[in-house]
Amino acid sequence: MTIAQKLSRRGFLAGATAATGGLSIGFHIPTAEAAVGDTPEINAWVVVKPDNTIVVRVARIEMGQGTLTGLSQLVAEELDADWSKITTEYPTPGQNVARKRIWGDFQTAGSRGIRGSEDYVRKGGAAARIMLMQAAANQWKVPVSELTTSKSVITHKASGRTLRYGQVAAAAAKLEAPKDVKIKDPKDWTIAGKPLPRLDTKAKLDGSQIYSIDFKMPGMLNAAIKETPVPGGKVKSIDAAKAEKMRGVKKVLVIDGNAVVVVADTWYRAKTALDAVNIVWDEGANASVSTASIKAMLTEGLEAKQAFVGNKKGDLETAFAGAAKKVEAVYRYPYQSHMTMEPMNATAQWTPEKCMVWTSTQNAEAALATAVPASGLPIEKCDVIRMNLGGGFGRRSSSHDYVRHAVLVAKEMPGTPVKVIWSREQDVTHGTYHPTTMCKLTGALDDKGNVVGLHMRISGQSILAGLRPEALVEGRDPGTFQGLNAQGPEGQFGYEIPNLLVDHAMRNPPFRPGFWRGVNNNQNAIYLECFIDEMAHAAGQDPLEFRRKMMKNYPKHLAVLNTVAEKSGWGKPTAPGVFRGISQHMGYGSYVAAVAEVSVSDKGALKIHRIVAATDPGHVVNPQQVAAQIEGSFAYGLSALLYGEMTVKNGRMEQENFDTYEVMKMADMPPVESYPVPSGGFWGGVGEPTIFVAAPAVLNAIFAATGKRLRDVPLKNLDLRKA
Amino acid sequence: MARLNINGKIHTIDVEPDTPLLWAIREQIGLTGTKYGCGVAACGACTVNVDGVPTRSCSLPVSSFTEKQKIVTIEGLSKTVTHPIQQAWLELDVPQCGYCQSGQIMAAAALITKHPEPTDAQINEEMTNICRCGTYNRIRAGVKLAAKNAKAGNKTNKAQRA
Repeated sequence: MTIAQKLSRRGFLAGATAATGGLSIGFHIPTAEAAVGDTPEINAWVVVKPDNTIVVRVARIEMGQGTLTGLSQLVAEELDADWSKITTEYPTPGQNVARKRIWGDFQTAGSRGIRGSEDYVRKGGAAARIMLMQAAANQWKVPVSELTTSKSVITHKASGRTLRYGQVAAAAAKLEAPKDVKIKDPKDWTIAGKPLPRLDTKAKLDGSQIYSIDFKMPGMLNAAIKETPVPGGKVKSIDAAKAEKMRGVKKVLVIDGNAVVVVADTWYRAKTALDAVNIVWDEGANASVSTASIKAMLTEGLEAKQAFVGNKKGDLETAFAGAAKKVEAVYRYPYQSHMTMEPMNATAQWTPEKCMVWTSTQNAEAALATAVPASGLPIEKCDVIRMNLGGGFGRRSSSHDYVRHAVLVAKEMPGTPVKVIWSREQDVTHGTYHPTTMCKLTGALDDKGNVVGLHMRISGQSILAGLRPEALVEGRDPGTFQGLNAQGPEGQFGYEIPNLLVDHAMRNPPFRPGFWRGVNNNQNAIYLECFIDEMAHAAGQDPLEFRRKMMKNYPKHLAVLNTVAEKSGWGKPTAPGVFRGISQHMGYGSYVAAVAEVSVSDKGALKIHRIVAATDPGHVVNPQQVAAQIEGSFAYGLSALLYGEMTVKNGRMEQENFDTYEVMKMADMPPVESYPVPSGGFWGGVGEPTIFVAAPAVLNAIFAATGKRLRDVPLKNLDLRKA
Repeated sequence: MARLNINGKIHTIDVEPDTPLLWAIREQIGLTGTKYGCGVAACGACTVNVDGVPTRSCSLPVSSFTEKQKIVTIEGLSKTVTHPIQQAWLELDVPQCGYCQSGQIMAAAALITKHPEPTDAQINEEMTNICRCGTYNRIRAGVKLAAKNAKAGNKTNKAQRA
């Protein structure tokens, strides 16, 4: 296994430590060290400056989801810090490697920002507080048990003395870290759990926030890139005579044999010159692939004999043999593009001694793991400085191809920093797409309308097979079954069905799949929740009651379902022409449900009047940011439902930009009432989960309005007029 | 050569005439608050206000502008984040990733000038910039709050003058 594979694999720990061999490295990291200056840290998570400013180190990345603020709230809570003095900084993956991964995992995906690190960042804050108190106790020569802390001030009540954290920080930094650290009961929180304003809003209001695409260095050049339009294709030849003579152009080159790059003084000149390069592609074996050929490949999988089993219970054959009624349907989910607002880009500077990368990434360790082999240098000579992201949604964790590009180009121009920006067209046509799958569902009902058997045959693309085949489990991709598993925080099937089979015929078309906000839950929730609705209709039962009957053993699933039923007024009359649909799902540790209210005009125009959404993520660190994530997840999920589809012709993605790949705008956005209902005792994610229920709730409402089951999204392709 | 009036200052820049205003602002003038999103006037991330009219700078060449036209970018909207739209955005914590927000704010600033009491229909019509994080509902609330505050502010100013 290569270093890259070890470093980029999800959830690894031992791999990276082994790969780096505990190397200690001391090269200068500008952003991180300069920010703190010479102030010693209390521990890896907390630095307190003499002026009482607190620097919270954040291993995960902020990409809009509020994690930076939320993690700071957790640290500040345990630290008893003065919230108004909190600042943040990102350690680099190189520092993490050098310090034997003291900050743990940098990956910000799978809605893990908070749930995946709450335990150790809270302990980090609590440990720092103990050390600060001990330093004060030593100075005053009093027992530490006589001290209290509040808002960054240590008080010795008996003598009336106080010290600010900044006054004892240097002494505290020299103390040994405590071994046993107790963290607060969430019911005692005063900073965490509160709807505090984000720490990072102001810079987003005046243009001062620097995203990766805005990064500048003295002497920096800019590059534009065109990769083969057909996956697996190569550059056969280029004629760059005209481009090389254009103003500002410094270099035209081919990298990896499959991409043409123009380096110029400005990016617009680089892009203009790139358009003037005559490129002849060797399109290779995939040039005949089309949406129709992919659909045929997936359709075959629906009936294939062999499939990986995800969830199995009872005996389906007997259940179907004795069924009073059989229901059957085939659903399909298309390729979709992430469409982050900021296109992929990275800046790199390479010398034989050092390779530095500045980029927006959801996983700086994976970015480093990509940079290392591209640079040809050992890992201790490379590092990645994290810049602000203009959206991630999984694209910036699925592949760091854009980092590879920047390093390969910079390597051709030693010493010169080069920023490679993908044009929007390059970005849309070289994504890591939401995988395409189909699902055939067969349900058996008894004479009372109870579900006695269900077979879900999924056919289609595996994300791991496309991105990290080494992570497959005996060929099987466990992620395919998100939300359909017998148990576990990554998505438990929430219905009691005595005879059940969920299996997956893996069929991998040549386009790269990726993790896409919600990931496989998106289609799995449509498949299951719309089909449950179909079975409810076949049984002549109310979709809510039909679900409730099967959910006695799944109280958390049921609780959020009940919340949206109650808050939406399920069963009560709606405005004329308005109809409701409901759905629930579980994934990334959280339980979610939604009710959608829609109307469909005589001409087939859909209006989504209202969304009522509930989530139980166990704990809520910042309620107003959870509300923002719930709203955002509906914008993302409903964009996908209404418009999202990448189609393939002649081996190429057909959509190239926002004009042909539409997304939701203001006029489409429904009001979203969000109900976080944390029940405590566990930590679930927030950034993704409610996206699962967006599409199925609306699809079920459309059925209620029109009598139509729409099984082949997006809706832009379909006639919604009443059946 | 192009002469552009940006944020109240005339800039003379040595650039090809077909260079889009966006790239001249970002690369020649060096103001990076105005963003590249699509290059085809579809997403609105590049919105600047030209004589008060929200304009998608990625698709208009610098040759189509004269120094008489007042171009305002996000950096020039206010000196210290005091424009009613910026204040409302701060109060409601509107941005998520923030990348589209320069354009959203410029479009919203023009909207409340054109429609001091904007209706939902007017907001839908004028606010066509794309936000992938999905901040639309907070943008809507922000526009309404800013319009309300601007109106109250105007009244206060008039009262003070009187």
